[in-house]
Amino acid sequence: MSNEKIQAELEKYEANVAKALAKFPERKNIPEQRLYTPLDIQGDDYADEISFPGVYPYTRGVQPTMYRGRFWTMRMYAGFSTAEESNKRYRYLIESGATGLSCAFDLPTQIGYDSDDPISEGEVGKVGVAIDSLADMEVLFDKIDLGKVSTSMTINAPASVLLAMYIAVGEKQGVPADQLKGTIQNDILKEYAARGTYIFPPRPSMRLITNIFAYCSKNVPKWNTISISGYHIREAGSTAAQEIAFTIADGIAYCEAAIKAGLDVDSFAGRLSFFWNAHNNVLEEVAKFRASRRIWAKVMKERFHAQKAKSMMLRFHTQTAGSMLTAQQPNNNIVRVALQTAAAVMGGTQSLHTNSRDEALALPTAEAVMIALRTQQIVAYESGLADVIDPLAGSYYVEAMTDRIEKEAMEYIQKIDDMGGAVDAIEKGYIQKEIQDSAYKWQMDVESGAKTIVGVNKFQIEEEPPKGLLRVDASVGEKQKAKLHEMKAKRDNAAVQKTLADLKAACADENENLMPYILNAVRTYATLGEICGVMRQVFGEYEAHVSL
Amino acid sequence: MDKRIRVLVAKPGLDGHDRGAKVVARALRDAGFEVVYTGLRQTPEQIAEAAMQEDVNVVAMSILSGAHPHLFPKVVDLVRGKGMKDCLIIGGGVIPESDIPALKAAGIAEVFTPGTPTGKIVEFIKANVK
Repeated sequence: MSNEKIQAELEKYEANVAKALAKFPERKNIPEQRLYTPLDIQGDDYADEISFPGVYPYTRGVQPTMYRGRFWTMRMYAGFSTAEESNKRYRYLIESGATGLSCAFDLPTQIGYDSDDPISEGEVGKVGVAIDSLADMEVLFDKIDLGKVSTSMTINAPASVLLAMYIAVGEKQGVPADQLKGTIQNDILKEYAARGTYIFPPRPSMRLITNIFAYCSKNVPKWNTISISGYHIREAGSTAAQEIAFTIADGIAYCEAAIKAGLDVDSFAGRLSFFWNAHNNVLEEVAKFRASRRIWAKVMKERFHAQKAKSMMLRFHTQTAGSMLTAQQPNNNIVRVALQTAAAVMGGTQSLHTNSRDEALALPTAEAVMIALRTQQIVAYESGLADVIDPLAGSYYVEAMTDRIEKEAMEYIQKIDDMGGAVDAIEKGYIQKEIQDSAYKWQMDVESGAKTIVGVNKFQIEEEPPKGLLRVDASVGEKQKAKLHEMKAKRDNAAVQKTLADLKAACADENENLMPYILNAVRTYATLGEICGVMRQVFGEYEAHVSL
Repeated sequence: MDKRIRVLVAKPGLDGHDRGAKVVARALRDAGFEVVYTGLRQTPEQIAEAAMQEDVNVVAMSILSGAHPHLFPKVVDLVRGKGMKDCLIIGGGVIPESDIPALKAAGIAEVFTPGTPTGKIVEFIKANVK
């Protein structure tokens, strides 16, 4: 049908709609237009904008066969209490069919403090596992073959230290660094903007990140050196377009920093990975994933002149949206997570964490985690969604929305460029403010009823308080302190002091790559707090400025 | 009331999740209160000091890390220790129901859990502030 014919038919349809509306008014607050037609995507050139899986601009996916060869990696984020407890949970997950590990660290670890630091009081082992030194890391991966498993670590400001510990555990297991597979989050910019576990100011933080890029390209070539994360930006309240815009702007900043430090774009870009949120609106999320691949491919080719195909491919991990889980009627969350899983799979994710139904209340129980993992397995093996690549391509709606999200995101990226890039935009508070405004609008929409959350502002029931939640043993802090003091009494303290002094000197010399120094310190069982303490002395600490 | 109600919104502990704290801060401001937000990673001592410096009627804390049994009571003790007997102290975050009685016994006037409309917090403050 020609466009003219479609236009004429559309006008007839609109006349019918007008009649129907007179009798049956539509629901209020529907954000989307009523219907999409070929007219909404007439500007799209198939070869330039959509193309084929594994072919630039990768709108349809980064591999030619996607899940027909192998499903996404089912990677459940876990960790709590001590290394012993978390090791048990990891082995349970591997036995249940999880295909990758994902480590959650407690807040003192994420901010570079030991368990016996006064500031750690009350936080040890709460939101993740407490790691003070290589000794804990050895226990965490006990009986887990680092040559076989791939491990993702949600660690940012002290990412270099945890990566060094992982390399050192590999050495002890007899697995050389060039065989290690995994990811460190290592994305400091979104910590300033949305997640909050920063330590150092932006400049030394960016140096640490480029040091890791350079070190891993030579020594740990299968390691994903960064997971540039929109997940937490979305959790903090952003829209879908803001999520990918701010994150890709961060990605641009990392590339610029690495190139400025003398690295060739193709030497590190293939190891960059991304981390997206799978939110409630299924089709919007699919469009977002597709748009993000297309934007990144264009950025890498046109802006950074990457040559290798791998450098232009946006590979991503996904986690279902924690902020969309409700404390009310928690079993409903199983359904939300299933829909979010469908979105992630139809959007072509490389790996996925599914949240558990009880996570608006506490850390998940083993039973709840099992349901979440089974949700992925049901989508993979039973739903048919993984059989055909990019199954929503060609939908007038999804293609039009992919274009729209790309356009909206590019406008933000342009605005951030005009401010001098992501680091400047964050320092000015611009990104934070945009996220806060969206979060506030969401909350007001829920409170006015413009947005319905089942069980929260509609269909509420009287409920008994939930039973059987996971509790982290209150004595974990004391246990962890005792272990730390025992370890410190046994180690060669002169060797620790020597490696820490060397690290400190290297910190002061911008031309040094810090990774070998950190690795040396880690091998002597210098603690995370000691290593970060030395870096704090030289680099100082970041001070956030908040405006409401 | 002649004098506007002054509220300190605070994030004790190390967790960086302040979406809730910021949304509540803004909703309280829109409701006509004067609001000061401390920012992240405040020790109980810093919060008590800020409460006194800012001469607030209300301290509203948010924790999502599970450190509330340790940190909330500590803030109450320190604020009371500064002679602020009438200061209303409330909390919110990912807090299991079963923890709430102990927090109330320690002097937290009310605990607001996920899904609470901001209007409910506004009403509570208006009804209970001294």
